[in-house]
Amino acid sequence: MGFWKKRNRDSGKYTWLWGTLVGVICIAVGAWDGQLAVIWKKAVMICLECIGIG
Amino acid sequence: MKKLRLGMQLLFTILTNGYVYGFLNGKIYQGRLKYVCVPGLNCYSCPGALASCPIGALQALLNQRGFEVPFAVLGFFFLFGSILGRFVCGFCCPFGLVQDLLHKIPLFRKRKRLPLHHILKYGKYLVLVLLVCIGSAFLFGGFAKVPAFCKYLCPSGTLFGALPLLGTNELLRSQIGGLFFWKLGILLMIMFLSIKVYRPFCQYLCPLGAVYGWFNRFSLVQVHWEEEKCTFCGACQRACPVDLSASEVSRSPECIRCGRCIEACPKKCLHFRSTQQEKLQKTL
Repeated sequence: MGFWKKRNRDSGKYTWLWGTLVGVICIAVGAWDGQLAVIWKKAVMICLECIGIG
Repeated sequence: MKKLRLGMQLLFTILTNGYVYGFLNGKIYQGRLKYVCVPGLNCYSCPGALASCPIGALQALLNQRGFEVPFAVLGFFFLFGSILGRFVCGFCCPFGLVQDLLHKIPLFRKRKRLPLHHILKYGKYLVLVLLVCIGSAFLFGGFAKVPAFCKYLCPSGTLFGALPLLGTNELLRSQIGGLFFWKLGILLMIMFLSIKVYRPFCQYLCPLGAVYGWFNRFSLVQVHWEEEKCTFCGACQRACPVDLSASEVSRSPECIRCGRCIEACPKKCLHFRSTQQEKLQKTL
């Protein structure tokens, strides 16, 4: 029981690294899929809805 | 610590809203930096905004691509969340800075929380699911889907986007309608409430806080508590603006890593520390 608890605690130390890696991979997949371009298109025009006019 | 934090908040606000030309001419930045998201809630329609808002970007993808997985925004969430967690809220969010400054106004008796906090704190998860995700994928305005959170709730968009643009852009001023006054009302209510209650928007409504809160338990930046040195005097909890005890701080999704508990501890048993430093010390 103690072994599993210790093991879980230790594996948690690197979770942030796995999370960061997942983040980088997701951004790369999103870029490949053209999602960054969708974000850019939305962000470079004044979003009337976002500012409460549209 | 307080000065360092205020300095970082100001620096981040200026860096992410550094397009001065936009403020002067009522236009927004259209360069390549807007392909990426900033960590905090920062409206991309702010005339000064140099990059995109992650919540706005998530809604843009849901509007355009329906229920296709929004990998790019999830990637930014994982990247910022895994490294910083809600440290983003405490140090890098422009709207958080505004609420912090309002809370310093010496008016009213200050409160850490609203009544029914234990129920209201789940409001941000509701906003994330209903307005940001489901609302943006289903709600239609005219023929197009709408970014429901930005349109009906986001006070950051009104403060950093609408007001500076309306101040300089006459064409936009002529288009003001009921929706603008609804959003202005929400902004004023949150600003007024911020004078009395600590960061009401972050505690109860911010969908970005809901996302980063999940990362708090394993993010690289942690508040480490040395239980063996602690005398359980409660100084940290009294200093904590969201009323967390020493044992709750490191993993609670509510902790915005403001560092007040670290400053308040007389035995110095709370520290900002990365998970790697913790491991190294145990090994030694």
